[in-house]
Amino acid sequence: MTQLKSPEELDNYRQTLSSGRDANTPCIAICAGTGCLAYGAAEVIGAFKAEIEKQGLTAKVDTKGTGCPGYCEKGPVVVIYPEEICYLGVMPEDVPEIITQTIVGKKVVDRLVYSDPDSGEKAIHQADIPYYKQQKRFLLSSNTLIDSRSIDDYLLINGYSALSKALFQMTAEEVVEEVKKSKLRGRGGGGFPAGRKWEGSRDAPGEVKYVLVNADEGDPGAFMDRALLEGNPHSILEGLIIGGYAIGAHEGYVYVRQEYPLAVENINLAIEQAEEYGLLGKDILGSGFDFTVKVHQGAGAFVCGESTALMTALEGRAGEPRPKYVRSNVKGLWNRPSVLNNVETWANVPLIINRGADWFTQYGTEGSKGTKIFSLVGKITNTGLVEVPMGITLRDIIYKIGGGIPGGKKFKAIQTGGPSGGCIPETLLDLEVGFDELTEAGSMMGSGGMIVMDEDTCMVDMARYFIHFLSDESCGKCVPCREGLRQMDRILKKITEGRGEEGDTKTLEELSELAIDASLCALGKSAPNPLLSTLRYFKDEYEAHIKEKRCPALSCKELISYYIDPEKCRACRACMRKCPVDGISGGKNRIHVIDQEKCTSCGTCLDVCPPKFDAVVKYSGEPVPPPIPEEKRTIDRKKKK
Amino acid sequence: MSKKIHLQIDGRDIEAEEGMTVLEAAHSVGINIPTLCFHHELEPWGGCRLCMVELEFGDWTRRVVSCVYLVEEGLVVKTRSLKVDKTRKGILELLLAHAPDSPQLTALAEEYGADRNRFEQDASFCIHCGLCVRYCAEVAEKHALGFIDRGIRKEISFIPEIAAKECNDCKGCFPLCPTSYLQAAFVLVESLAFPSNGK
Repeated sequence: MTQLKSPEELDNYRQTLSSGRDANTPCIAICAGTGCLAYGAAEVIGAFKAEIEKQGLTAKVDTKGTGCPGYCEKGPVVVIYPEEICYLGVMPEDVPEIITQTIVGKKVVDRLVYSDPDSGEKAIHQADIPYYKQQKRFLLSSNTLIDSRSIDDYLLINGYSALSKALFQMTAEEVVEEVKKSKLRGRGGGGFPAGRKWEGSRDAPGEVKYVLVNADEGDPGAFMDRALLEGNPHSILEGLIIGGYAIGAHEGYVYVRQEYPLAVENINLAIEQAEEYGLLGKDILGSGFDFTVKVHQGAGAFVCGESTALMTALEGRAGEPRPKYVRSNVKGLWNRPSVLNNVETWANVPLIINRGADWFTQYGTEGSKGTKIFSLVGKITNTGLVEVPMGITLRDIIYKIGGGIPGGKKFKAIQTGGPSGGCIPETLLDLEVGFDELTEAGSMMGSGGMIVMDEDTCMVDMARYFIHFLSDESCGKCVPCREGLRQMDRILKKITEGRGEEGDTKTLEELSELAIDASLCALGKSAPNPLLSTLRYFKDEYEAHIKEKRCPALSCKELISYYIDPEKCRACRACMRKCPVDGISGGKNRIHVIDQEKCTSCGTCLDVCPPKFDAVVKYSGEPVPPPIPEEKRTIDRKKKK
Repeated sequence: MSKKIHLQIDGRDIEAEEGMTVLEAAHSVGINIPTLCFHHELEPWGGCRLCMVELEFGDWTRRVVSCVYLVEEGLVVKTRSLKVDKTRKGILELLLAHAPDSPQLTALAEEYGADRNRFEQDASFCIHCGLCVRYCAEVAEKHALGFIDRGIRKEISFIPEIAAKECNDCKGCFPLCPTSYLQAAFVLVESLAFPSNGK
């Protein structure tokens, strides 16, 4: 490949690529994202390649491993172009049928398409599946159109045209203005207006400036940035180069967590390809603008997602946030003006440059424009990534897209914004999703994690889990965060174990206030959110734990007892055999009884009791009924039928 | 000569030099702001948060830690307020769970009404002020000890290979420690790393 030296050469090359490909050639796009790979997508890709060869179709059919299409619940996901037929849960053994029926015979394999769990109604095309219907997938939709490891594929979907436009049709100031006008706000957590951040750096004194990608996605259950980096690395790179041009930076860094090996590999490959094509490096497309990018792998610290800690880590020191009161867009990496934006923020930039700020601002609410990717996980029917316009209600995300709560359970709360976000109760489900709206409700947008919880989730235990996570992930430098979280974690543990005392919630509130007021960085300042939001919306659960020693969700191990209902027990001995402490007495035709002294509340008996008997029940806050007398334990099968 | 900056601390008009921190400006005229992790020979660290002060901007106030906040023309600073005192009390109570008998902490606890038994006592005396670690790096330039791990598991640790060579002749960090934990740690490492030196 010779380097492209002008926008015309880029266009011509794109033309050549496009004329070399027939739009009617069937293309099988198999998700090769982490979720689908875990389901066995690599084997599915292998099976497709083998079957195509076997049927002598190699020249007539394309196959590609693509980025994540989002519907992780139903992986591996396969989309067949040009018809856009979407097959879900595809296994290697389904492959010959797909080739024979769909590729050769142009028929749909009915059993592999989406089928509504209630009505049984089928949906053949991706766009018709309810999960996708409510979404606006400006960022994620490209994932299935391209092989994430092919720059040519990215060029074919108009890739790098925004860069070319910015470099040749816009001044750097105009690029900044356009981003400002789009009201794009940072997708990583803070929600700071990206354009203003850029402007601050552009105006800051200094010859050397930097643009940085924050790909240190560390929230449990969140994988938005991962999907973008793995699936469409060039879109982030393109955004970054445009950002560099806009603020006058010639160097960029991608800070990506090393726990994302595929993302690291794909972004490195993308950089290599872009350099080869003359889209990175010296004199990009003949514009005179030089720009290089380096990838830095994070060493596994959650706190390095915090902007100043990330920069400290990039400088080669321990990832601790900076105590100084200076904006990092003025004095950031190596004390030079540095624009740090999250992966998703950068991915939005080429769209804004190509389609214009006016296009972007037509989506969303007053304060939050465009779309946002959320990772929808937890007690939800459709787990996966969703990209929705800002302003959609939580209810629509949970019920229309997520398909509601599985197993007939009742919704309890949704945790948004990761560990330092907060939970939102059912009464607020009609809340429009936006930066300010979520903050007002005591939670936050964060980077876009959404964890759905049902009636079986104990909110005190949930708060304890996140506080514990944060106490472990705090850098440990400042007292209110390190010591405050240590004590909060202790008190919450005590409450979930039934040792809570009057006054504990007040102490928790005071420790929270101290952490918010006095912590050094955003991790400490936002850490109390899960605690405060549960105290705000689920105070009754705290009180039940503290005053009645009762866990309303029947989840806290120390507060629940297991009991076998003698009316329902059919003496099948399943629980007796599995009890790890031999704490269940009984035998053939003898009703089983749990020895409460021996019981460790592990829950195995409940898990193994056959659903048709459903004899094991949990008690909390009250003693279990006394065991039935020995003489009444025999089951007379003749009498009882 | 650097530029003069005029500000007000606790009602007193003060002239400071540009680039000074609010803490330095206060100290320069004898106004006391409590600190634990500050030392005039070391880079400001902003870890203990005890030196928090209140800035007044007309109707609204903002709290900042004075050891890293630089003086600004016309700044109005209050070194004590209800909120500042509450923060200091909270911080002291958290630290007293580690070092309830540290003279420095007990004196401050008395001033701010901090309850030394508010929280369950911890086995470790260290309050992570970082004075020893930073002194060794910035002044002694030996790097014989550092922080290991993070969050609530963070602790200080000597690096035996360096400590064996350097510490015996220096011990410059000893008097800095507000809890005497450091000394204990040093003695321990000493006994493990070079037992023949044992006293």
